[in-house]
Amino acid sequence: MNLSPGLFNYWVVIVLMMAGFWVVIAHNNLVKKLVGLGLFQASVFIFYISIGKVTDGAPPIQDTAASLYSNPLPHVLILTAIVVGVATLAVGLSLVVRIHEAYKSVEEDEIHARDMQDDVDSDAGEGR
Amino acid sequence: MLLTLLLAVALAAIRLRDLLGVVMLFSIYSLLTAAVFMDLDAVDVAFTEAAVGAGVSTILLLASLRLVGRHEKPHRHNPLLPLLVVGVTGAALIYGMSDAPLLGDPGAPAQLHVAPEYLEQAPEATGVPNVVTAVLASYRGYDTLGETVVVFTAGLAVLLLIGVGAAAPRADFGSPGDRMVQRHVVKSLVPYVLLFALYVQFHGDFGAGGGFQAGVIFAAGLVLYDMAFGQSPTRQVIPARHLLRLGALGVLIYGGVGFYSLLSGKAYLDYSALAPDPVHGQHLGILLVELGVGLAVFSVIMLIYLAFSSRRVQQ
Repeated sequence: MNLSPGLFNYWVVIVLMMAGFWVVIAHNNLVKKLVGLGLFQASVFIFYISIGKVTDGAPPIQDTAASLYSNPLPHVLILTAIVVGVATLAVGLSLVVRIHEAYKSVEEDEIHARDMQDDVDSDAGEGR
Repeated sequence: MLLTLLLAVALAAIRLRDLLGVVMLFSIYSLLTAAVFMDLDAVDVAFTEAAVGAGVSTILLLASLRLVGRHEKPHRHNPLLPLLVVGVTGAALIYGMSDAPLLGDPGAPAQLHVAPEYLEQAPEATGVPNVVTAVLASYRGYDTLGETVVVFTAGLAVLLLIGVGAAAPRADFGSPGDRMVQRHVVKSLVPYVLLFALYVQFHGDFGAGGGFQAGVIFAAGLVLYDMAFGQSPTRQVIPARHLLRLGALGVLIYGGVGFYSLLSGKAYLDYSALAPDPVHGQHLGILLVELGVGLAVFSVIMLIYLAFSSRRVQQ
């Protein structure tokens, strides 16, 4: 296994990614889950931008003083992904707001318990 | 160093139960991410992350905390299984990463595919020195059109889910004196923010910037104004129904440029059809689609903000 510091960025990315993943699967609060998704997403962004970095490269804007540039392609992909990310975050949050209005809770287990209760109630209603 | 700080902020955000604190830490996390991007030569991306992550996302998260409450309840279920899943996935990723090219390696496969071609040809072929803008709007114009449509659709989805209600009457917090300082500061800041957004929009082909950043910054300026002065004055400037039309117009400009080149006998979104000189046409096309992107992003962000801020807490 290569233990050189050249991979440090990628290791941090993986730890951040797993931190976000942990929040999404282990936490109950829906807003917190969305924040976790944001952490995960940002780690992917850092991953892409790290791939595009060239040592001693300049930002990819044409300049007579520079001869070596970093890779512009990941920049393009991530730039648009960030804006799309905030738009999808807004959709997620509006779903959370609607869930809160319907269930009076944003905790997943409480919502689940209420759904189960509703199922039991409707089954009992049909059986009568 | 920055990355270590990033890790610390992320872990603190996970441990905290007060969601208001979590949102604030998330905002700091975004700002640090922007600094990391800057360090990695991605100036356009750093710009976007600073405006979107540290600005707009934080506002949206805060606006929804107002509606759903700021405290996370302690959870009772066993953390062992998620811990196992996260641990195994992380270990697999680290193992897979051990063969990756080192950071900054100019011979890495990612650096050898289309990137040298873009860097060599884009400035001459499009007349746009900022290669990121050239690739975004011209070489990968289809992607960007798709993404603009996604942003627009997300705006529509938010409108369908929570809608823009009537302007909420502001509950005045603090004494009028507190608000006065705030209002004066905001009043003197907003024109410059808006001017800067326009600069970013129209200078994006030469320096860092472009439609995505400009749209977000313009919206952020108006959001700032809205927060200091309440919703009624902002809505007098731009009523919500016009915003939706403006967003649609932005997407329409982008798509329309594509159809124009289609009708002039070239491929869809081939901007060389826009002017007799192909390079000039490319430059014009990039300017036009960036304008479309800017309009669409601005109105969608503004609409989303209005939707969240006008939603009342339901009893």
